[in-house]
Order: sequence, then structure tokens, then C-alpha cells
Amino acid sequence: MLTVENTIKWLDLFADKVAAEKDYLSELDQAIGDGDHGANMSRGTAAMKEALGKQNFGTVQDVLKTAAMSLLSKIGGASGPLYGSALIGMAKEAGNADTDLTSIVQAGADGIQKRGKAEPGDKTMVDVWLTVLHALKEGKLTDAVIDQAVQATAPLKAKKGRASYLGDRSVGHIDPGAMSSGYLFKCLIAGGIL
Amino acid sequence: MKKIINKPEDVVDEMLDGLVFTSASLIRRLPGTNVILRKQKSEGKVAVVSGGGSGHEPTHAGFVGSGMLAAAVCGPVFTSPTPDQIAAAIKEANQGAGVLLVIKNYSGDIMNFEMAEDLASMDHIEVKHIVVDDDIAVEDSTYTAGKRGVAGTILVHKMMGAAAEAGLSLNELKDLGDQVISSIKTIGVALSAGTVPESGKPGFVLKDNEMEYGVGIHGEPGYRREPIKSSKEIAKELTDKLRDAFKWNASDRYAILVNGLGATPLMEQYIFANDVSEILTKDKIELPFRKVGSYMTSLDMAGISLTLFHLKQDQWLDWLNVPVETTAW
Ligand SMILES: Nc1ncnc2c1ncn2[C@@H]1O[C@H](COP(=O)(O)OP(=O)(O)O)[C@@H](O)[C@H]1O
Ligand SMILES: [Mg+2]
Repeated sequence: MLTVENTIKWLDLFADKVAAEKDYLSELDQAIGDGDHGANMSRGTAAMKEALGKQNFGTVQDVLKTAAMSLLSKIGGASGPLYGSALIGMAKEAGNADTDLTSIVQAGADGIQKRGKAEPGDKTMVDVWLTVLHALKEGKLTDAVIDQAVQATAPLKAKKGRASYLGDRSVGHIDPGAMSSGYLFKCLIAGGIL
Repeated sequence: MKKIINKPEDVVDEMLDGLVFTSASLIRRLPGTNVILRKQKSEGKVAVVSGGGSGHEPTHAGFVGSGMLAAAVCGPVFTSPTPDQIAAAIKEANQGAGVLLVIKNYSGDIMNFEMAEDLASMDHIEVKHIVVDDDIAVEDSTYTAGKRGVAGTILVHKMMGAAAEAGLSLNELKDLGDQVISSIKTIGVALSAGTVPESGKPGFVLKDNEMEYGVGIHGEPGYRREPIKSSKEIAKELTDKLRDAFKWNASDRYAILVNGLGATPLMEQYIFANDVSEILTKDKIELPFRKVGSYMTSLDMAGISLTLFHLKQDQWLDWLNVPVETTAW
């Protein structure tokens, strides 16, 4: 179950992780995109962490909503509206009584797919979200599962986003958005929230 | 990296203040945002709003002004602006007849602008959008994000601005926009990459003697690399591609835009324009509208793009020719 405290902890950890891996995320994006994913994500998550530290929150929904608006207004690019839509979806779901983590992550994945129209196998962050969701449902989410989901984007040919312009040349590279989404879920484990 | 800047993270903010300084009688900046608005409103007319990543100057903000854009939303370098900024532009630019958004076909731009449309609809402002995808370097297929929006966008801005000023309704403008966009095609060549200030490194590397056809305005890969050729040979390659795409006939009428990508001097642009004109004259194409200059740039990328716009109606040529008051047209 998510609480106000552990949700903030989760998102703060995510912001720290993104800040630490900023250059690596951009490097991944340089290979098959335009090289800005690290800059985009660190701009957004730093703003999110600041916003989360500034006020007291009464509900998980408020935390997620505040996080969503920071990401939406600060990331930009393709990943801004995607992470923004994910967190808006999660915030809406958290509004319902007795919702567990799985249904919240489900709502996040739905938000991303509704906005970006990517299917599994298109070599996007959706691949990680759906694998994580599946593992959560089975009660089997581990770092190894997440790593594997991220690595599994490498052999795929991109069908959505900037990487799709490369066609076959996108094969062999990890998708940057998959990597950053992997960090999000690893922080769930690192934060002891699972 | 050698650039006349201060801090890399401040380039957009400082550039916009400099732009407003340059054209203070025409434009203003919406406080607290990266939105440039025109000072002279046209009450009761549809407002045409465009935007996208920065680094393509004078696009987009240079085309804000009477007869053209009502507002431009300027994102970080090569990165789409965010929905809150676009929504603020929509709200402020609205002149009571709705807002037409001109979006270039990139996933990020589309998603951010669509989210802004959702936000604006909560304020009961009628918003529609058109998507420019004039770059014929990439295939349009259901398996990719589709063709990219490049230099032809400035002709779309001009057409939409003029037609809005002429009093077309939002629905009529959207239909016209779709027709105009399908009549515009662009193809380019790059000699060297631009350098994003925050990354400090060129987006890609071409050897001293190399060029690449079909590179996108954010340095997206093109369709062929080869040793640099003469302007005549480049003109032949690019016009061949456009001829294949348009399948034109003698005496068809086209507008032509030769566009420098940032670091290519006007001298080279004129030489190239001269070579293109020779080829098109042989094809007996009529070119009643001609424009040469750096209008849709990619920071300091060296290279050129060639845009043709099939003028299917006399009215379209009139709209291209109506005078406007902007920084850059
Ligand atoms: N339509 C989409 N659906 C899901 N994810 C997408 C889509 N388009 C792009 N992405 C994700 O966004 C990432 C790129 O984000 P980023 O570099 O920040 O934005 P941009 O591509 O605009 O530069 C990709 O690695 C991919 O995971
Ligand atoms: Mg990117």
C-alpha cells in the first residue's frame, strides 16, 4: 500500500537516481534519439522533488498530483507528457478507497498508452511498465526482473518516438525511456515500499 | 564548443528577451513564460499559435506579428514546450474565434500540444490543430512516427496567418491547413551538425569531406552519406527527390523556399538557388513565389533545405504575398 510518506520517499529516491544517472540517460538517447533524455528527466524530477518538499500532503492522491504537474511542466519532450499522464492516471486511481500499488501502476501504464499509443514491443518505456505490472500482479517484482525488462528493449526495432526514424539502426541499443522507467521501479524496491 | 552565450541553461530565456528588445513594437513576452505574443490583436479572428523546441530561429517567435502568428511557444533547445506553457499561450492569444495550433510532426510536440488542447477545453476555448510533415527524407508508414516537420512550416505559418486575417473560421482554417500541408514537401542536406549548448558536443559527426542527405532539423539521421559534391549536383539530387514526390507537369505553379540550416552563408544559398532554378526552368515549372534565407535553422548546422509548395489555387499565392509585420518573414 502506498502512504503519503512512502510515496514521497519513492519519488525522492527516483529524483536522486535520475540526477545521478543524468549523463548516462542522455548517452542512451544520443544513440537512438536526440540526446536529451537525461537533461529532460533531471529537470523534471528535480522540480518534482522540490515541490514535494515544500508542502504537507494529506493524501497519496495529492502527492501524485503535485508530482504529475511538476513533471508535466518541466520535463518537456515526449517523456514529459508520458510521465505526466502516468502520474495523473495514478493520482486518479489513488483517489479510490483501498487501492493497492498494482492497480495504481496499472493506471499509470494505461495513462502512458492512452497518450502515446505505443504497444508492447515498440521499444519504449511501455515495455518496462507492462513487464513490471505483470510481475507485481504475480508478486514477483525484483531488481532482476526490472533489469531484464530494460535490457529486453535493446534487440527491438523502435516503432514510436524519435528512435523510430532510425528503423533497423535502432536495434542493439537500450531505450532511454525504458531505462528511466526502470529506475522508477527500482526505487520502489530500494525504498522498501513493495 | 565555441558560442556567444552566458550559461547554457539560460540560452532560451535570454534569447527571448533579446528578441523582444529587437521587435519591441511588434511583440511582447507573457510574463513568467516562454510565450511570445503579438501586440496588435485581431479581435474576432482565429488566432494561429505555433511553437516547438528552440534552436530553429527565427522560427517560431520570429513569425509572431500582424498577419502571421498570434503567439509562439518556445521550448528548451530541440525539446517541445510543455502543456502548461502552450495552454497559457492559447488562452492569451485567443481573440474570441478559437485557436489553431500549428504542430510539427514529432511525438513530443504532438503529445504536449494535445495535452494543452485538453487543458484549454476546460477553459471553454475552441482549439484545433494541424500537423506539418513536409520532410520527404523519411518514409511515412504506420511503423514509424511518420514524416517530420521542417522548413515548409514557415510557409504554413504564412498561409494560416493570412487566411485567419482574411476571416476564415476555425473549421475552414483547419481544412485549408490540411490541404496546404499535403502540397508542401522539403528535402535537405547537411555538411556538419549543430551543437546543443547544454550538451556541448555536435549532434553527429561528418568527416571533413562528407555530407549527408535527408538529415532532420534536430540532427536526425538522413538517408545517405557521401563525399561532398558541387552545388549543381546537390541541386540535382534534391530536385530529383522532389520531382519523384510531386510528379509535376510543365506549367505547374510552385512556391520555392531555399533555406539555410544555420551555418551556411547566404552566398552558398544563392548559388544553390541558382542551380535549382536552372533545373526547374528546364522542367518548365513556374515559380511565382521565391524565398531564400535561413528561416528554419538547426543551431549552427551547416547545410541547406529545399522546399516546394504546389500552388493549387491562385488565392494561395495571394496569401503568401500579403504583407505582414513580423521580425523575420
Ligand atoms: N509514443 C510513445 N509511447 C511511449 N513512450 C514513448 C513514446 N515516444 C517516446 N517514448 C519514450 O520517450 C523516450 C524519449 O524521451 P525524451 O528523450 O525525453 O523525449 P524526446 O524523444 O522528445 O527527445 C523514449 O526512449 C521512449 O521510451
Ligand atoms: Mg530525446
